[in-house]
Amino acid sequence: MKANSPSVALFIPCYVDQFYPQVGIATLELLEKLGCQVTYPSGQTCCGQPLANAGYAQETVGTARHFIKTFQDFDYVVCPSGSCTLHVKEHFPAIAGLEKEQEALEHKIYELIEFITDVLKIEKLEGKFPHRVGFHSSCHGQRGLHLSSGSELNQPPFNKARKLLENLAGLEWVELERADECCGFGGTFAVTEEALSIQMGKDRLADHLQHKTEILTGGDMSCIMHLQGIATRTKQELKFLHLAEILNQALS
Amino acid sequence: MTHPESAAEFLKDSQKAKWHDETLWFVRDKRDKVSKGIPEWEQLRELASSIKDNVLANLADYLEEFERNATKNGIIVHWATDSEAHNKLVLEILQKQDCTAVVKSKSILTEECHLNSYLEKHSVEVVDTDLGERIVQFLKQPPSHIVLPAIHLKKGEISELFHEKLHTEKGNEDPTYLTQAARVHLREKFFAAKVAITGVNFGIAETGEFVVCTNEGNADMGVHLAQVHIACMGIEKILPRRKDLGVFLRLLARSATGQPITNYNSHFRNPSPGKEIHIILVDNGRTAQLAREKFRNSLKCIRCGACMNTCPIYRRSGGFSYNSTVPGPIGSILSPGLDLKKHSSLPFASTLCGSCTDVCPVKINIHEQLYEWRQEVTKTQGDFAKGLSMKLANGIFKSPLAYKISGSLMRNALKSLPNSLIYHPLNIWGKNRNLPDAPKESFQQWYRKNRS
Repeated sequence: MKANSPSVALFIPCYVDQFYPQVGIATLELLEKLGCQVTYPSGQTCCGQPLANAGYAQETVGTARHFIKTFQDFDYVVCPSGSCTLHVKEHFPAIAGLEKEQEALEHKIYELIEFITDVLKIEKLEGKFPHRVGFHSSCHGQRGLHLSSGSELNQPPFNKARKLLENLAGLEWVELERADECCGFGGTFAVTEEALSIQMGKDRLADHLQHKTEILTGGDMSCIMHLQGIATRTKQELKFLHLAEILNQALS
Repeated sequence: MTHPESAAEFLKDSQKAKWHDETLWFVRDKRDKVSKGIPEWEQLRELASSIKDNVLANLADYLEEFERNATKNGIIVHWATDSEAHNKLVLEILQKQDCTAVVKSKSILTEECHLNSYLEKHSVEVVDTDLGERIVQFLKQPPSHIVLPAIHLKKGEISELFHEKLHTEKGNEDPTYLTQAARVHLREKFFAAKVAITGVNFGIAETGEFVVCTNEGNADMGVHLAQVHIACMGIEKILPRRKDLGVFLRLLARSATGQPITNYNSHFRNPSPGKEIHIILVDNGRTAQLAREKFRNSLKCIRCGACMNTCPIYRRSGGFSYNSTVPGPIGSILSPGLDLKKHSSLPFASTLCGSCTDVCPVKINIHEQLYEWRQEVTKTQGDFAKGLSMKLANGIFKSPLAYKISGSLMRNALKSLPNSLIYHPLNIWGKNRNLPDAPKESFQQWYRKNRS
């Protein structure tokens, strides 16, 4: 994008802001390298998903109103999380008085990878990343935003992240036994169904380890936080990076 | 027990839990492969979903049409508002026939109505003739899966059970040998039963006929040897036209077990001379569900079980962990409509991963309904403490300043507190998982320093 390019606002989810600032930085730098004019609107907080998924959607009206107002003046909103993007698009409560702004937001918010492939129309990125990379397909990105084809559906296979990653020199893509099974994070599920959540996470990790993943990546730090938490506790030799970090490193 | 408690219990036997997961994944995988052999698979799902939309929008008319045509065919049609009325009707028919022993093929509806225990209380012997159902009946257990009722048992356990009940050789686990023993045992029951009970997969309004699908042929065996056939049907099982079956029969077996077609799809239209067919049309909460706009689509279900096989929760917690007649994702959106209090933990037994929705042959938006049931659960019986903390969180997220203060408090606490406090038993996250290392500054702070 050049001089009079559209304005891009960065939405950094609350847990990324607090725990993974490096993912926010990588997202910002990557978008800048791709020629975007990026602003991080100060005063942004959270999309409210943790509350809504716990059954308290009616308590998120204030959060959603604040979100819409914070981002209403931009052409695009880009977020390094499929899950939070999906929540804004599909699960915001209806905000009285901001109907138009809310509808516009639902159409102008993009997850980072789909923004690169669908809006910037970038087919491939030139760079190198000589590592064996295992991709964790987060459910909300895949089945919600359709960032990749699901194993359940009878559709031609595609994967927007894979398209960008596979072009990087030296990158080896890891084929998994179960390409898109849930990792068991699930927001409050991670705590309310702790035993299941841990087992699901262990099973995903085992699939990656069995196929010799060196770096586990994905589009949602929430899934990765959960998987990394289990891997660290069980002393597994696995590295974890967000897709933005890989792409940003590869392009430098 | 709540779902999390039962799931934790199930996972304690880690080897068996792994076997359960892999066994059901195998069925899911078979379903994937066979469905991909049908180029128009996604259109079939769409079509099936639309036909069911039409059925649900005109249910009363189709039911009356079905009643008229079935009656014309010589079938005796009964209506039951709830399980009690249903059970009473069945008993009355049995008593009229002086029948004290019946055979029954698989019917989730009769499970839902607890028909077996009702009849047994009235001195009627009920024999479930589906092999898996007979196995769980011997064990006095309910089915743990709607298509694979005994999927929670390994063949060694069945060998032991048959040794005790059917006097098979001790330690003989050969499936053919064990099945043969069950066959001989069931044959006696088939010959002795004056009345046979079946479920119904599809009732056809246009013709007044109904269709029963089994892989074992046990429904047919029972019905053809008995004088009287009682078919128990949920009112949502109606299809408008016979030709609609082409869509549903193609979807049902492929979704359920990965077979191209169920072995026996038997059509019942007229009683044979001198015999009787009764059909009981049962509501039992279905009309109430139909009235709930957000949840009415759940009535499209054709009971294929695909959502159970694909569900990462079901596979790792087993059917019994749901404590409801229909377990798994579909059960978790049906059961709260019957008893919200009893089933309040079920809508939360999901990560909302959405796999169930994508395998569903009639495109029920299962994971979205789980999300909506969560909202209902908290509205009607919100746990006060949880409600309060959520309100606080909303207060934080709608105010940038409050968010900043609480965020940095949290990060600093993580940096300065000793591990023994961070991984306190009350911190469930930290029981089996580490927390991320706390960074020295948030992204917001970095941005202010470096970009503005």
